[in-house]
Amino acid sequence: MSKQFQFKLVLLGESAVGKSSLVLRFVKDQFDDYRESTIGAAFLTQTVSLEDGTTVKFEIWDTAGQERYKSLAPMYYRNANCAVVVYDITQSASLEKARSWIRELQRQADPSIVIALCGNKSDLAARRQVTEEEAKKYADEEGLMWAETSAKSGEGVNEIFTAIAKKLPLTAPPSARAGGARAGPARTGVDLNKQPNAAPGQNEPCNC
Amino acid sequence: MDEEYDVVVLGTGLTECILSGLLSVEGKKVLHMDRNDYYGGDSASLNLTQLYRKFKPDQAPPSELGRDRDYAVDLIPKFIIASGELTKILVHTDVTRYLEFKQIAGSFVYRDGKISKVPSTEMEAVRSPLMGLFEKRRAKKFFEFLQNWKNEDPATHQGIDLDRDTMKTVYEKFGLEPGTQDFIGHAMALYLDDDYKTKAAREAYERIVLYTSSMARYGKSPYIYPLYGLGELPQSFARLSAIYGGTYMLDKQVDEIVTDGDGKFVGVRCGDETVKAKQVIGDPSYFGAGKSSEGGKVRVIEEGKVVRAICILKHPIPQTEDSDSAQIIIPQNQVGRRNDIYIAIVSATHNVCAKDIYVAIVSTIVETDRPEQEILPGLQLLGPIYEKFVSVSSLYTPTDSGTSDNIFITRSYDATSHFETVVEDVHDVWKRVVGKDLVLKKREVEVEA
Repeated sequence: MSKQFQFKLVLLGESAVGKSSLVLRFVKDQFDDYRESTIGAAFLTQTVSLEDGTTVKFEIWDTAGQERYKSLAPMYYRNANCAVVVYDITQSASLEKARSWIRELQRQADPSIVIALCGNKSDLAARRQVTEEEAKKYADEEGLMWAETSAKSGEGVNEIFTAIAKKLPLTAPPSARAGGARAGPARTGVDLNKQPNAAPGQNEPCNC
Repeated sequence: MDEEYDVVVLGTGLTECILSGLLSVEGKKVLHMDRNDYYGGDSASLNLTQLYRKFKPDQAPPSELGRDRDYAVDLIPKFIIASGELTKILVHTDVTRYLEFKQIAGSFVYRDGKISKVPSTEMEAVRSPLMGLFEKRRAKKFFEFLQNWKNEDPATHQGIDLDRDTMKTVYEKFGLEPGTQDFIGHAMALYLDDDYKTKAAREAYERIVLYTSSMARYGKSPYIYPLYGLGELPQSFARLSAIYGGTYMLDKQVDEIVTDGDGKFVGVRCGDETVKAKQVIGDPSYFGAGKSSEGGKVRVIEEGKVVRAICILKHPIPQTEDSDSAQIIIPQNQVGRRNDIYIAIVSATHNVCAKDIYVAIVSTIVETDRPEQEILPGLQLLGPIYEKFVSVSSLYTPTDSGTSDNIFITRSYDATSHFETVVEDVHDVWKRVVGKDLVLKKREVEVEA
């Protein structure tokens, strides 16, 4: 029987580096040049199938703009199993910002979190300000995964998410602490969305 | 910051975050600011570093308490009533996606030096040590009367008119003893004092029904609690707001509420910048609470004070069957006071502290000039206290509805042990801000790929 795992993935990076576009390409295989920030999506999900038959379902959290003034809530990092930290290869300042997000992750997130550094907008290589060597060297020093992607052309997008899926610990089912378990059968708490078993019980006041 | 907003919200307490979330969903352009570098304002949950910085700034957290990040200590002691109004908002806005809840393991009441479980059905009442044999029969009849009550069927009324007769009359009809009245009125209807007895019985009836139906929902107690602490609640509504376009700025000092010649709201000034908006909503601390008005308009007044002692324990509370979490109510009559003393306890089960640590908050409305003395009966029930942080907070309420100057102020978090009054405030402020009643619609949920 094939196994399915669910993990919480958080996106980080400066505004306008293409975080949402990257997810939109990965989840819906779409791209929109003039897309504004995500409206109304709590999080998106996408499943990756690995060669051994295992499937990995990502629960992807977008920053919803809360990164703009450094106002991400601790809830955002809570139980994140993996993070994609995005910079824009045409803006060297965005790599500096990525470094500070990685420090923030190392401070706030679980120490076992898998982090991928992702240089987006590789279709704009003509305007490149960040060299592959520079980013790769930094990623190696910090023990991060690294790749360049283009949400616009789709280049490298599925590859980076698949690489993350392979790197995640698939030996044991995600523990109750894992973000993915929240919606899964491992849930141990109470479910508010489930109505009480009895139809309007005898204890309920009459609505007449 | 040079954009113009529909609403500026000041403070990220739960009330403000619910309002911000609902307003953003409604399509309003919202800017939400907080002077602190963390979410939650007075309803935040703090880690150890933040907790010591707030209450004992000259002291570092002792290393034996464990890792800083394992802690989320609530500043206000409140639980969520399972069938209450906050639950409705959580479900309707779908923010339950960000949260995980657990039951509070027990609901207890103090009587004659002992702690007992609060009975919530006639079955439990029959087994309860709180009543003698004959009193149990009378209580059974009382609970049956409440459970069978149907507004349209006078045969179930037994001669009682809930809208005219007082609760005192109802108690007398069933011949209930004062001690029984104490646990019904205080531990089930959750009244803080005895004023309800002389009012129409309808509200007490509804509160008792809310308690019993909440109790029936998950079994152990009528309360639920979010993992990682109450501070998750404002964060989840802030995320809702952000997802619908709300802008968030923490760690932002607000220097002035700018008004025009007629006193109407114009914007808020932060340093040299002024952000303009049509309306402002905020907690009392942004509108002069606790400061002299310096000749300006008095926007909030103090209604009373609450004393709260956050206590770190290394054991569960004695006589609570080793519950990992509980509420204990000490009715005022039991200790010769006007207001009840509450104890709320949570533990590592709720991911709010390190393993084998328990966090209890003892609180009451201040009646004397020695507040810490007043919570002593509660502190004495806890057993050895490892660390204690005592604070006295003023309860502020706005002087004006805000409809004429577009300045809408929320209320401080009161001494009740639940969030029902917080939701009342949300409804009240919403109506003042929007001009219509808040109607909760089930939110359209993004279809998962």
